[in-house]
Amino acid sequence: MTALPDKTDKKLGLVIDLDTCVGCHGCVTACKGWNTQHYGAPLSDTDPYGADPGGTFLNRVFSYEAQAEGRPAQTIHMPRSCLHCDDAPCVTVCPTGASYKRAEDGIVLVNEDRCIGCGLCAWACPYGARELDREAGIMKKCTLCVDRIYNENLPEEDRVPACVRTCPAGARHFGDLGDPDSDVSKLVAKRGGYDLMPDLGTKPVNKYLPPRPKDTLDTAPLTAVADEPKGFLGWLDKALEKL
Amino acid sequence: MHPAPSVIIFTTLSGLGFGLFFWLGLGVPDVQGGSAFAFFFIAYVLSCAGLLASTFHLGNKKNAIYALSQWRTSWLSREGVAAIVTLFLFALIAVPRIFLGAEMVISGVIGSVLALITVVTTSMIYTQLKTIPRWNQPLTPVLFLLHALGGGALLAGEVKIAGWLLLALTLALFAAWRVGDRRALARGTTGDATGLAHLGAVRMLESGHTARNYVVDEMVYRVGRKHAEKLRWIALALAGALPAAILLLTPPGHITAFVALALHLLGVVIGRWLFFAEAEHVVGLYHGA
Ligand code: SF4
Ligand code: SF4
Ligand code: SF4
Repeated sequence: MTALPDKTDKKLGLVIDLDTCVGCHGCVTACKGWNTQHYGAPLSDTDPYGADPGGTFLNRVFSYEAQAEGRPAQTIHMPRSCLHCDDAPCVTVCPTGASYKRAEDGIVLVNEDRCIGCGLCAWACPYGARELDREAGIMKKCTLCVDRIYNENLPEEDRVPACVRTCPAGARHFGDLGDPDSDVSKLVAKRGGYDLMPDLGTKPVNKYLPPRPKDTLDTAPLTAVADEPKGFLGWLDKALEKL
Repeated sequence: MHPAPSVIIFTTLSGLGFGLFFWLGLGVPDVQGGSAFAFFFIAYVLSCAGLLASTFHLGNKKNAIYALSQWRTSWLSREGVAAIVTLFLFALIAVPRIFLGAEMVISGVIGSVLALITVVTTSMIYTQLKTIPRWNQPLTPVLFLLHALGGGALLAGEVKIAGWLLLALTLALFAAWRVGDRRALARGTTGDATGLAHLGAVRMLESGHTARNYVVDEMVYRVGRKHAEKLRWIALALAGALPAAILLLTPPGHITAFVALALHLLGVVIGRWLFFAEAEHVVGLYHGA
């Protein structure tokens, strides 16, 4: 059913630390690996060794540069996957009932046995989080690794999303954002975690932690040490000029 | 947005078909027997060809039947239901009109209303998308309705009504472009989308992929501004202004009506291409577009 649940018991989601992420794309690879072998149709690669390769990913890392007036530029790596929005527009537009949001934990999923691959849900998502698989003709999106987090066949420490488990920088956190006392909620409160494009009313569950403020140097890095040298430097300057 | 031929054909043909159904339901033109057959045949061919074209871009056609199930929430589903109900009802109207010479006034009016509802549901598939500010405005359904009513009147042979409707369409197209341009600009910047604007000017350094992918192909489509400006005027002239002038200023006749229809159709196809190609999706902001 593509009606959204009035409320969900839990709000499982990710908290991504933009201060810590080093942009290694480890989460991208772990995500692709896990989700190609498990939930639903595999994530295809088209023409992988040819001239025009392409493929489906559920998580991609973008890098941005931010620069304020008179300050050095700074690089921010931003992984983006489905934010499991509370008011998910991708769900309500779906004509078949393939897209749905689970009432128990808030995970947004696609039932591949109903999807017609119309692509309307991808149009409705502001974040580019849904990709139509070109081989399967079915809509793919982050499953929040629903087949890991409840999977009792896995050792306990592996019952988190593949991207979280693999992140070498510890930049990805998983938990219940509906519970104010959870570790992730406390982290969001402490670090000022924010929503992407909140004005579109999607109420994302996933949060991003902003980069921590950087120190400012007293001197700009590339000013000349001395424009008009005095003392020993002055003497050296003159002596060298005479040569 | 990527201007896929299937959606351009779909919106153009089915709009015309349901527009013609609207007039036929009202008894315009008031025909029975063989000529009623001809008119209904054209309306069915257009609307069915349009609906068929819309299924071409589906990745997984075998599940198509489920698309009628979510009419409570989904405009796409509502459109499918409305189209099928309308086509079915018009079969019940067409058969008595063709073979029994019956008038079918009341069911005709109901059919006309349903035809309009179908056009509105089609337009709402696009209008509802907050992610595409250019479409997410009240003029979008107005445009779809005027296309259907104007083109339908032209097919039904009501040249003067068609002339006035196409004049209204010309104005609506112009207004929608103006409003759309303003809304598209108000999308914000890469800094706003990433929530990093407080750190200064933000630009994309590296995209999340080195190869093409679905999101970029589908949603980060851009037309050159100069190109678009020219095409807008061409579409405006062909779809609206020229046929309106021909219909309103020249004495009615088969040849003038035919020329007007041909110009109108060409204009609608160009206009629909622009409707998709010009539509800026907010996800483009993450790609620095
Ligand atoms: S991020 Fe996109 S795909 Fe995920 S729930 Fe939100 S709108 Fe839907
Ligand atoms: S692509 Fe599949 S999941 Fe998305 S709206 Fe269409 S039917 Fe629903
Ligand atoms: S939660 Fe799982 S599916 Fe989602 S981005 Fe992480 S690895 Fe991919």
